Amino acid sequence: MATTSGTNDIRIDYYPTHEHEGIKFRRGHALPFGATTVPNGVNFSISSSAATSCTLVLFDRGAAQPFAEIPFPDEFRVGDVYCMTVFDLDVERLEYGYRMDGPFAPELGHRFNKNIILSDPYARSLGGRDTWLAQPNWDDIYPYRSRLAFEDFDWENDHPLEYPIEDLVIYEMHVRAFTQHPTAKVKNSGTFSAIKSKIKYLKELGVNCIELMPIYEYDEWENSKPNPVTGEMLVNFWGYSTVNFFSPKAGYAATGKFGMQVDELKTVIKELHKNGIEVILDVVFNHTAEGDHRGHTISFRGIDNKTYYMLTPEGYYFNFSGTGNTLNCNNPVVRNMVLDCLRYWAADYHIDGFRFDLAAILGRAQDGSPLSNPPLLESLAYDPILAKCKLIAEAWDAGGLYQVGTFPAYGRWAEWNGKYRDSVRKFLKGDEGLVGEMAQRIQGSPDLYYYRGPTASINFIACHDGFTLYDLFSYNEKHNEANGENNNDGGNDNHSWNCGWEGETDDIEINFLRHKQIKNALSILFVSQGVPMLLMGDEMGRTKLGNNNTYCHDNELNWLDWSLLKKNKHLFDFAQSMIKFRKAHPVLRSSTHFTHSDYVGSGYPDISFHGTRAWQMDWSANNRSFAFMLCGEHAKQGAIKDDMIYVAMNMYWEALSFELPALSRDRKWHVYANTDMPAAEQVSTLGKEPLVQHQDHIIAGARSIIILVGK
Amino acid sequence: MNVTIKTVKDITVIEAEGSIDSRTASEFEKNTVEATQEEDKVIIDLTKVEFLSSAGLRVLLMLYRQVKARNGKIVLVGVSEEIQDVMENTGFINFFILAELLEDGVNALS
Repeated sequence: MATTSGTNDIRIDYYPTHEHEGIKFRRGHALPFGATTVPNGVNFSISSSAATSCTLVLFDRGAAQPFAEIPFPDEFRVGDVYCMTVFDLDVERLEYGYRMDGPFAPELGHRFNKNIILSDPYARSLGGRDTWLAQPNWDDIYPYRSRLAFEDFDWENDHPLEYPIEDLVIYEMHVRAFTQHPTAKVKNSGTFSAIKSKIKYLKELGVNCIELMPIYEYDEWENSKPNPVTGEMLVNFWGYSTVNFFSPKAGYAATGKFGMQVDELKTVIKELHKNGIEVILDVVFNHTAEGDHRGHTISFRGIDNKTYYMLTPEGYYFNFSGTGNTLNCNNPVVRNMVLDCLRYWAADYHIDGFRFDLAAILGRAQDGSPLSNPPLLESLAYDPILAKCKLIAEAWDAGGLYQVGTFPAYGRWAEWNGKYRDSVRKFLKGDEGLVGEMAQRIQGSPDLYYYRGPTASINFIACHDGFTLYDLFSYNEKHNEANGENNNDGGNDNHSWNCGWEGETDDIEINFLRHKQIKNALSILFVSQGVPMLLMGDEMGRTKLGNNNTYCHDNELNWLDWSLLKKNKHLFDFAQSMIKFRKAHPVLRSSTHFTHSDYVGSGYPDISFHGTRAWQMDWSANNRSFAFMLCGEHAKQGAIKDDMIYVAMNMYWEALSFELPALSRDRKWHVYANTDMPAAEQVSTLGKEPLVQHQDHIIAGARSIIILVGK
Repeated sequence: MNVTIKTVKDITVIEAEGSIDSRTASEFEKNTVEATQEEDKVIIDLTKVEFLSSAGLRVLLMLYRQVKARNGKIVLVGVSEEIQDVMENTGFINFFILAELLEDGVNALS
């Protein structure tokens, strides 16, 4: 009688039926797409709706020429899918690609060229850019080489953390920039692995989620050119230009040169999870690195151009992404690829969530028009594998579709709240007419997300795109000359204020004001309902010297200078204290909007607004200050008892006296933070807040914020 | 690559030499699995190993799982700094006890 393993061995598809140039193969399986190890071989499967034939091209790692090219026999084709199992391959050294034959007829959407060897859109790793900025072989006949990856990582007991989204404190991070600066003092600087060396720091700061800027394989050499001023090479540093959606960037891995980036990244995620930190990926499904009709053909264009891209009636590329092409996300084939991809990252990499770059594109129809019920967004929202993943949209695109507040959410999607950023920035710089907006922003923007709740709002004041928090208060104008585009790139609507001098200064008063403004910003961020996101380094006064679009710099403009931590320790201490405060007070982390009423019988509404007179909010247009009070007995809809919290925000240029609302029972007001005090006295130890001297009023200094706890 | 198997006290010592990569991993696996089938104290001496590829690392982890299933222990000795770095970056190092010299490994298991 055959044993179990014996039974398995006698499956006939474990053995070849065909041979070509000494390579043995047989009819393959159409699913799954991509290259998959099977007993004795590798199953290859790829689809094209318009190719007339397909050839599998096999290389040994790094070899100039392929060791075999096997045309798919027509009987191996299932519908539009070419599939084949090839035997006796060295999966660790194998590099594979495809040649697709078909018409070159751009007006019909076809751009086939059988002379080009194409990457597999489903490849699990990619060779060719194995070490960051290592000089590529520009004559390589196959520059971005599909490879297999070992998918047997030992996760032990790891599991995505599944924190409620309102409890997250997100830290937006660039993998290389985080530890590349010499002051990071870590082994393998600038890599995935080096993040592990800074986990202790992240925990100390208190963040419980990192959002990684793109880590899908991209080409840092794309559009590289010398800096006209310094001669230094400008590269694609940020990585918003995907070459392959299933492959982690090898150049970010210390072990990329050995092809072990998959294991390395998974090890980092496992370690982060062990330390209570979630991992969200910034994913770029709006376009690819292939550019427009003048761009390189790497993969998608040569496999199935009119399926993968949104094309004009003349066969050119729609450019809703501002980068040359637009991925055709609501084509059913592409939609499935996106879904397969995210499922893969969620299931195989234990990713906790995704932030979708220029996500408004994901809601456009194949002709570019916005859909009211976009099938891709719906599929992602209801997918069982993604069911516990955070889905976050950057709810606009470069084609003018701005959907903050109206992004199709299906009860799942959160958004980068661009209006939060703009309102808070304008309020902080002292613009008039902002208190009404600000009242909405600190409540989780019910004006935008009335039906979705505050958890739809990812609150941020600075992100990778635009000024850092320090630069927001140090520069009136962007200073992007180093980008080599005559300062024409980057946004002009920064809503920034230099506090009296453009750029660095020794002026003590200006520097005090800048630091106070950073602390004001951090205060607002961490007492707002919704989900706070902090930009890497803003907790230590990171500067990009006024450059608001540093996408092309592999240097100090992007690298985090860890010596700032010592120089600006008071900023770090303040950020840390505000995160602690947020975590300690559930009333700051509501999953539902306030009702402005007292539904627990505490004698106070869940939220109330105040002016310089208690209970009298001044909504007038020229007002620059207000206060709000949260009733702790309404925390988590009354399920938890928390303290009363009162926050006075004075963005007027003179000090103001705020009359305090009277507390019930024997509660007293205590002061947790006052950004107008000298650095050492700005914030109290949690739980040991000193009593407010006069319980009936406080003086909020010019442009400052005071946070009180009633207990 | 070469594999030599010897016994020190009650410990099975597998001495490898060369590179353990996709070309040699299956041979290394075959030899080591056979040699450690009944053993619960195993040392793998990597002093003379220059490179461990993904496939090589996986053989080590497989051995670890098999020995651990018998409540046994496995110690790696003589792991070069570069290989240790790779093992650390890819997480494999967390599963193993490492010792510098063979005698340290023997002591660790005694």
